Amino acid sequence: MRKKIIQVIGFFILRGCMYFVLAVLLLFLYDIGKKGGGAISWEFLTAAPRRGMTEGGIFPAIMGTFLVTMVTAVLAIPLGMFSAIYLNEYAKQTRLTRLIRLSIRNLSGVPSIVYGLFGVILFVNILKFGTSILSAGLTLGLLTLPWTITASEEALKTIPNSYREGALALGATKWQAIRTNVLPYAIPGMLTGTVLGLARAAGETAPIMFTGAAFYLPYLPKSLGDQFMALPYHLYILATQHHAITQVRPLAYGTALVLIALVLGMNMVAIIIRYRLRRKRRG
Amino acid sequence: MKKRGISRLKESAIKAFFFANGIIAILALIGIFGILLYTTIPAFREVNILKFIGSKTWDPTSPEKAEYGILSMIVSTLMVTAGALVIAIPVGIGVAAYLSDVAHWRVREILKPIIEILAGIPSVVVGFLGIVLFGPLIARLFHTSNGLNAVNGSFLLAIMALPTIVSISEDSLTSVPLAYTEASLALGASSWQTLVRVKIPAALSGIIASCMLGMGRAIGETMTVLMATGNARAFPHGFLDSVRTMTANIAIELGEVPYYTTHYYALFAIGLVLFIMTFAVNLIADIVLHKFQEREL
Repeated sequence: MRKKIIQVIGFFILRGCMYFVLAVLLLFLYDIGKKGGGAISWEFLTAAPRRGMTEGGIFPAIMGTFLVTMVTAVLAIPLGMFSAIYLNEYAKQTRLTRLIRLSIRNLSGVPSIVYGLFGVILFVNILKFGTSILSAGLTLGLLTLPWTITASEEALKTIPNSYREGALALGATKWQAIRTNVLPYAIPGMLTGTVLGLARAAGETAPIMFTGAAFYLPYLPKSLGDQFMALPYHLYILATQHHAITQVRPLAYGTALVLIALVLGMNMVAIIIRYRLRRKRRG
Repeated sequence: MKKRGISRLKESAIKAFFFANGIIAILALIGIFGILLYTTIPAFREVNILKFIGSKTWDPTSPEKAEYGILSMIVSTLMVTAGALVIAIPVGIGVAAYLSDVAHWRVREILKPIIEILAGIPSVVVGFLGIVLFGPLIARLFHTSNGLNAVNGSFLLAIMALPTIVSISEDSLTSVPLAYTEASLALGASSWQTLVRVKIPAALSGIIASCMLGMGRAIGETMTVLMATGNARAFPHGFLDSVRTMTANIAIELGEVPYYTTHYYALFAIGLVLFIMTFAVNLIADIVLHKFQEREL
């Protein structure tokens, strides 16, 4: 009897932990949704900020985040895929391979601001890209790399070995087997994982603060060498650095809502695709 | 014969190409460390390294005598992190245990992506909520002037560390062999006793590793603490003090500092300390987790 009561109480506490986390998440989303929703209008999404960012919209920030994420994708997707192909298809269980895996896991734990410092030295100063979309995108690309490698490798792992063996048995070379019998089936999964990585990169602030994001730039960047406004940095500015913080609070809420919708939207798409893929494979 | 030679050459070239991409992670990690170290060295031509770590005063712009001591920031970082773990570890393990042992599998399938959503919220948004939502709440609760202090930062970091702790702990709880659970139940233990006395101890290394990874994340988090902890430079004396962490200090000062000054190099030195701290924490987590996986086999 006593055993039963303890179990009921114990499970109740565990359930409580779950409810606590759900409550916090709901509170987050509710607050942003309610107060941000009021700020969203067609003008807010399509106009540039005016009068020292106290009026107008966030269009340049949306475009800036879009462009920088494209640069990130161009660096991180191929590098991540190639690296994963090496690890899953070519690498043997050697000390070097273990070292690579260890490096990947450690890279994903490097603080984002440290990536920012690295970007300042390597891309802004040494390679002379200046503070620009290019520098910021490459910095974010590096930050995304451990996630894209891991995700791509996960996708490759799901391809049964018989696919590879079938091709090899017919006399295909290793690369032919990979190209015709592995990659076509693995690429959807690879892209899904990569989108998750890109979503995180799009929401990052610290790595772009000093590598290219601009405080206030009410027009669109003309080339990859220009500075840019970005949604996360814009939110940071509106929330803490603006001279009229209480006046721009609704704009800050609106920006937060757009940012969260963008990032969670990308997440959601990736999660749904992954769910479907898994189902298909099972079914 | 010749054709086969070419094709073999092509295969080797392709393999070499993928190998070059494969080692990119090692190069990146060494590159980050190397560049931080290289940029840090000039700072220690003027600043004593022991004083840098052991002194509480950080005043690089003082006209009389610039001071470069980061002890206050290190303590602030550790304090906020410790506070975050006090919340995140019990709640995280609780959620993980709920998902693995209490929840119906259908509920679990729904809840796991929801926790992933939490991981997806950008840190700048979490920091913003620290200012507009939890700040006022904390101010009213503890009667402080504003709620931007270590408690606020700890709470937010706990929320951000939770997904890591939950997902890895849950993984290691579910991978406890079924035979353990069945043996325990067959001996007459309740599900609760089985969870607490058999499954959690069996999954302990995974759970510890998850907490270490959560800790690494909390130490390195920038935007959240930058926005929510108030950033006072003084040495912190309690959780209701406003604190400035190492990450926040870099973020605040790097934008204003003139290039190639001692102050500039000193900021990179803070970055190096941060890198070494998170590297050590992650490496320990990795070793613990590795042990756990080995035992599995």
